[in-house]
Amino acid sequence: MHPALSIIFFTTAAGAGYGLLLLVGLAGPLGLLPGTRWLGFVLMGLSLGLIAGGLLSSTFHLGHPERAWRALSQWRSSWLSREGVLAIATFVPAGLYAIGWVFFQRVTGLWALFGLLSALGAVATVYATAMIYASLKPIRQWHHPLTLPVYLLLGLVSGALFLNAVVYLFGVDYLWSDLLVVLLLPVAWGIKVRYWRRIDGEPTVSTPESATGLGDWGKVRLLDPPHTEENYLMREMGFEVARKHAVKLRRLALVFGLTVPFVLALIALLTSGWPAAVAAVLAAASGALGIVIERWLFFAEAKHTVMLYYGRDAA
Amino acid sequence: MTTLPAGPTPKRLGLVIDLDTCVGCQACVVSCKEWNTGGYPAPLSDQNPYAAEPMGAWLNRVHSFEAGDGADGRTVHFPKSCLHCENAACVTVCPTGASYKREEDGIVLVDEELCMGCGLCAWACPYGAREMDPLGDVMKKCTLCVDRIYNDNIPEEDRVPACVKTCPAHARHFGDLADPNSEVSQLVAERGGMDLMPELGYRPTNKYLPPRPRKTEPGCTGAPAALEPAKPEGGFLGWLDQVLSR
Repeated sequence: MHPALSIIFFTTAAGAGYGLLLLVGLAGPLGLLPGTRWLGFVLMGLSLGLIAGGLLSSTFHLGHPERAWRALSQWRSSWLSREGVLAIATFVPAGLYAIGWVFFQRVTGLWALFGLLSALGAVATVYATAMIYASLKPIRQWHHPLTLPVYLLLGLVSGALFLNAVVYLFGVDYLWSDLLVVLLLPVAWGIKVRYWRRIDGEPTVSTPESATGLGDWGKVRLLDPPHTEENYLMREMGFEVARKHAVKLRRLALVFGLTVPFVLALIALLTSGWPAAVAAVLAAASGALGIVIERWLFFAEAKHTVMLYYGRDAA
Repeated sequence: MTTLPAGPTPKRLGLVIDLDTCVGCQACVVSCKEWNTGGYPAPLSDQNPYAAEPMGAWLNRVHSFEAGDGADGRTVHFPKSCLHCENAACVTVCPTGASYKREEDGIVLVDEELCMGCGLCAWACPYGAREMDPLGDVMKKCTLCVDRIYNDNIPEEDRVPACVKTCPAHARHFGDLADPNSEVSQLVAERGGMDLMPELGYRPTNKYLPPRPRKTEPGCTGAPAALEPAKPEGGFLGWLDQVLSR
C-alpha cells in the first residue's frame, strides 16, 4: 500500500496525543499529577494539539475535504465514521478537563470525571483508528489480530514518552512516569516484533489462482496487463518496499523506537535535574521517530489482493 | 446509508462472463468508457490521454493470463469490473453514505455528491473494481449501466449494459442471478460458474464461466480421426502405385 505521509502523520501524531490524553486523564483523578496551571496547559495543549494536527492532516489526502463533515454520518457501519465521531466527542470532556485544570487548577472532584471520560474517549478513538485497517480483508497484513494491540500500545508508549518529557521539563521527577516508559517500551515493541514475525510467516490467503478461478489449469501468470501505464489502483496499492530495505527499516524502527528511548529513559530514571530532563526529551523525540518509521512500514509492507491481477504472486 | 440490505435482495442483477469465449478484444472496455463518460457517472476523465503517461478512470479492464503449461495450459482473457457483491465491504466502510447497495436489485453505486474522495472503499475491494476519477476526485465504479437497463427511451434490445451489448464474442451475459430460471443462472448451473476469491467471503454476484476442457480425443469434432490410406486399383493411379511400390 502506498504510504501517504498525511495518513502516517495523522496516525502517529493522533496516536501520541490520545496516548497522552489517556495518561493525563487517568493520572489527574488518581492524584498522580498536581492541578497546577502551566503543567495542565502544556500537557493538555500538547495532547489536543497533536490530535487536532493529526486530524487536520488526515483531511489533506481527501479529494473533497469540504465534504469531510459528512464522514460523521455512517457510524453504524463504518469504522472511519466511528473514528470521526469518537474523535470529536472526545474533545468535549477533554476540553472541560483542560478548562478545569488550567483555569480552576482542579483535576479532582467533578473535573476528575471529565479526565476519566477523556481517557475512555482516547482509547475508543485509537481503537476505531486501528479497526479501519484491521477490518480490511483484502490486506492480510492489516486484517490481523495484532493490528489493534499494536496501535493501542504504540499510542500509549508515545504518550508516556511525551508525558515523561513534559514533567521533567517542569522540574518534577515522578518515579511512576519513568517506570511507565521503561515498562511499556519493551511490551509494545515486543508485540510489534511478534506482528512482524507473524506476517512474515503466515501464508498468503489469496493467490493468482483464487483471484482468477483458473487454478484447475495450473499455475496462473499474468500474460498481458490491461493497460500500459499505471492506474489509480497500482499507484494506491502497488507500492512495494524491497525486502532488504524493509529489514533495515525494521531495525531502524527498533533502534529509534525501543533501544534509544529505553536507554535514555533509564538514564532519566537514574539521574535527576537537567540531565534527566534532556534524556527524557531526547527519548520522546527518538521514540516518535521510531514509530513514524514503524507506521511507514505498516503501509509499505501491506499487500493488497488487487495486485494479484497485476502479476504479483502473493498478497 | 452504508449498511447493506438486511437480507438477499429480491433481484440480484449482474454479469456472467465466459472465460472460454472472451477473445480479449477490449471492445467492452472501450464501450464501457464511451457510455459512462457521457452517462450516469460522467465525466469519467482521462489525464494526458495523448502524452507519455496517460492516466484515467476506467470501470472495466481486460487482463490476460496464462494458466498451466504446455498443451494443458490455457491463455485466458479476463475482463474485470465491479462484481456487485452481496457482502460489499466497499459500501460498509464508506463514512459519508456515498456508497450504497440498492435494496431492489443489489446494484452497488456511488452518490458522487456525497463522496469525499477518501479512497477507503477502493482499499476495501479485493478485486480492484473502484478507481478514483483524477479530475473529479470522487470514486468511480461500474453502475451495471443503471441508466441503460431501466431506460424506457432506448429500444428494448439496448437495455443491457454497454459491455454486454458490444461484446462480439458473446462472452458477457446480463441478467438476474436471484432467479434460478434466468438465462444467466442457467449458464452458471450448466457451466460451473465460479466466484472470484471466494475465500474472502464477499459473495460476488457476477460469476465467471471457466474455460471448457480442451478437446484432445481424436474424432471429438465428428470428423474422421485419420484419413484412410489410398488403395488405388487399376487405371493410371493403380499402375503408378505398382511402379512406386516396387
